[in-house]
Amino acid sequence: MSVLRGRVHRYGDHVNTDVIIPARYLNTSDAAELAAHCMEDIDQEFVKRVKPGDIIVADENFGCGSSREQAPLAIKTAGVSCVIAVSFARIFFRNAINIGLPVLVSAEAARETRAGDELAVDLATGRIENTTQNRSYQAEPFPEFLQEIIAAGGLTEYTKQRLAQG
Amino acid sequence: MTITEKILARHSGQAEVHPGQFVMARVDLMLGNDITAPLAIEEFRKMSAGQVADRSRVVLVADHYTPNKDIKSAEQCRVMREFALAQRLEHFWDTGRAGVEHALLPEEGLVAPGECIIGADSHTCTYGAVGAFATGVGSTDLAATMATGECWLRVPPSIKMVYRGKLKPWVGGKDLILYTIGQIGVSGALYQTLEFCGETIEALPMSGRLTMCNMAIEAGAKNGIINPDAETERFMKSVTSRPYTPVTSDPDAEYIRTVEVDCAQIELQVSLPHLPENARPVREARDITIDQSVIGSCTNGRIEDLRVAAEILKGRKIHPRVRLIVIPATPRVHMQTIKEGLAEVFLEAGAALSAPTCGPCLGGHMGVLARGERAVATTNRNFVGRMGHPESEVYLAGPAVAAASAVLGRIASPEELP
Repeated sequence: MSVLRGRVHRYGDHVNTDVIIPARYLNTSDAAELAAHCMEDIDQEFVKRVKPGDIIVADENFGCGSSREQAPLAIKTAGVSCVIAVSFARIFFRNAINIGLPVLVSAEAARETRAGDELAVDLATGRIENTTQNRSYQAEPFPEFLQEIIAAGGLTEYTKQRLAQG
Repeated sequence: MTITEKILARHSGQAEVHPGQFVMARVDLMLGNDITAPLAIEEFRKMSAGQVADRSRVVLVADHYTPNKDIKSAEQCRVMREFALAQRLEHFWDTGRAGVEHALLPEEGLVAPGECIIGADSHTCTYGAVGAFATGVGSTDLAATMATGECWLRVPPSIKMVYRGKLKPWVGGKDLILYTIGQIGVSGALYQTLEFCGETIEALPMSGRLTMCNMAIEAGAKNGIINPDAETERFMKSVTSRPYTPVTSDPDAEYIRTVEVDCAQIELQVSLPHLPENARPVREARDITIDQSVIGSCTNGRIEDLRVAAEILKGRKIHPRVRLIVIPATPRVHMQTIKEGLAEVFLEAGAALSAPTCGPCLGGHMGVLARGERAVATTNRNFVGRMGHPESEVYLAGPAVAAASAVLGRIASPEELP
């Protein structure tokens, strides 16, 4: 897996799925349309500011609230390469793993990172380098079971392979 | 083992499971709605699965943006309808017969003690009230479960929530759960089980239990659950005659922590914007004027909730500045509302009485708020923009407070009514 490099968009605690993608836009499954409204109710400038590869860093309980997979889908389609947080809400976490949006848990990295910092994230090792502050961190490793889903590229491909094997 | 561990062990073919362990669980029932199912159907096709593993275990409900609010929602429902027909699904509910999913499924007898249920909707945890393991997942999870009949789950540690004492007048399941979330916080049970027990829970009717388990997710919990008892049996007998196998927690089951709640002290609660954990006694929020009151949703749209609201609204008119929207959660509740004369009470009071829909709860339709407006609602979330404009506000409460507030035009308890 490659090293992800991007500039940080920084958010606080309990960023919920209603602000990541407001329900008023959930009358479509079109990923590009969803991405156009990503983070709209918490940060109206996000979609104008975000560049491919950028990284979202947040505090506790990122993605709490509804089960809408449109939330990680909007973030991924907006060009965000990964999300780093102190902790994730569980449905958001599994949705992100399932659709192939990398999510890393590192309380230290999340708390010390500031908006606009440049990060380099090695998904294979979980190493997070803050090149702006010249600091590095180690994210929590994924359990072995989840590594299989991640290695397959998400749950859809994982399930397809399982079904093909009978 | 706890009830949650026992259900997950049984559904993954193991004698024992432990918190933290990953299991592939056989799923008894899986659920999707008009927001989550279209995405699941798309992923299901990419899996080249062909047919669903078991067409009797898949439930699709058109409840969020229905009756179709615009062309795009109509298209989403069409995707779901065509899939349900092509797959010959046994459980598909469309407008007219559809109700808010988490009120509808228990009423239809589709969820039972000891079962393992997943749903592409975060409030799937509602079914813990009947002693089932039930948790919310995403659309791709639903797709994979439709294809294989199984879902990956990590066994959660359980928090034992012990409720003691007699409830004050008007205080119900909603007040207990808002108070609980206020105590432990919106991430207080992250990745964990909230097992509700104690004498107060034993005395709580099923409607209140469903309300409590419904909002377990608002504390970050994977599931909320109540050990089946006489009340569970009474409820199950009233909705189905099919067999099921109840399980209960062992006396020596291990819990990550135990929280004791003295219910005799709990007053009517309201959760202030913009997090459900901002729970306060209603008397501390009396100065807050409101523009709208919403009574309904998967949290409080059952007949018992509407009876409480009608008791307060009978012979009264709502405040001239307030819009009251009452939404029976299912067609059966709607019919009962008419038969018992509650519909007349609501209409006489000046309320709008709607067909079943999730509608305003998620700011979808049927009661969206303008900039700066405030609503008291019996729904489950008060996040920024949840019911409409990002600068509107939602105050969460039970049906008694929502009804009394509609009359007085400000957040109020029924005891304040003249």
